[in-house]
Amino acid sequence: MIKVRIPTPLRPLTKGQGEVESQGGSVEEMINLLDSAHPGLKGRLCDDKGELRRFVNIYVNEEDIRFLQGKATTLKDGDEVSIVPAIAGGR
Amino acid sequence: MNFTDAQIQRYSRHIILPEVGGKGQKKLAHAKVLLIGAGGLGSPAALYLTAAGVGTVGLMDGDVVDLSNLQRQILHTTATINQPKVESGRKMLTALNPEITVNTYQETVTAENIMGFLPDYDIVLDGSDNFATRFLVNDACFFAKKTLISASMFRFEGQLTTIKPHAGYPCYRCLYPEPPPAGLVPNCQEAGVLGVLAGTMGILQASEAIKEILGIGETMADRLLIYDALEMKFRKVSRPKDPACPLCGPHPTITDLGSNYSVTCSI
Repeated sequence: MIKVRIPTPLRPLTKGQGEVESQGGSVEEMINLLDSAHPGLKGRLCDDKGELRRFVNIYVNEEDIRFLQGKATTLKDGDEVSIVPAIAGGR
Repeated sequence: MNFTDAQIQRYSRHIILPEVGGKGQKKLAHAKVLLIGAGGLGSPAALYLTAAGVGTVGLMDGDVVDLSNLQRQILHTTATINQPKVESGRKMLTALNPEITVNTYQETVTAENIMGFLPDYDIVLDGSDNFATRFLVNDACFFAKKTLISASMFRFEGQLTTIKPHAGYPCYRCLYPEPPPAGLVPNCQEAGVLGVLAGTMGILQASEAIKEILGIGETMADRLLIYDALEMKFRKVSRPKDPACPLCGPHPTITDLGSNYSVTCSI
């Protein structure tokens, strides 16, 4: 089981949940499983070509997957995944 | 510079800290901090930097105070509605600590004006409310070699990091290479924000600025802090330097402020 942290802007897709459980041997598999459970989530994380959007980061535990193996980054039971989009509010 | 008796008394709770002391308090007195935005983040940050005795505080904001600002922008009061935010802010800061210099710039930050202001400051705090300004401020601080403390917020969630690529650390584009296109990520205050979240994040910015001035503690330059106020959770993740960064990487494609910093602002 993998715990996935859902950021505030994406919570409308998870019925308001800030944390959901998922599975998958890689980040890519996890994204596909998440999208089945919460339709629309993949489109917020990936572009039309399936590449991770450049203003959304995914962390496995504390590491940014862009500096690991990207979507091929492997996941194991107990990992904590965080989805962190850029936010800009300040005023 | 020697402190007066009144200054020693004013800053006594700092001076007594071994990590600050008289020497650190003098560093604060010589420090110059520019705040981009005198709003939700800029208000609490400016108040605490002023109280701490940061010698020069610059306020940059083109707006006037609106009643809807007062839920979180504690630099302003009901009595200063319709006044320029920088003037309202100056009054409050000067009342709190008349011994510091407050510079005010009643204008919006642009690619044309920003390089004119940066040489007068050591540290910049970004409290702006849109991606275009955040990328602009990042790029300008990179070219001017100024430390940038960046915070942002959305509803109940905040992010904070310190940006100093001139010291070998990553820049904002290493974290987020591109701003989102309009419509994909909500980024405006119309989305709503918990007022006190602005306080939490702005004060964390002030705290990190003071640490950078004093050279104490752990820097946030290779970390991103994510705060969830509803769950009362703080998380830190690593923030590496991107070897392919278009700004601070070895083969930059952004070499001046000529990029299109167009404002994307929709939900």
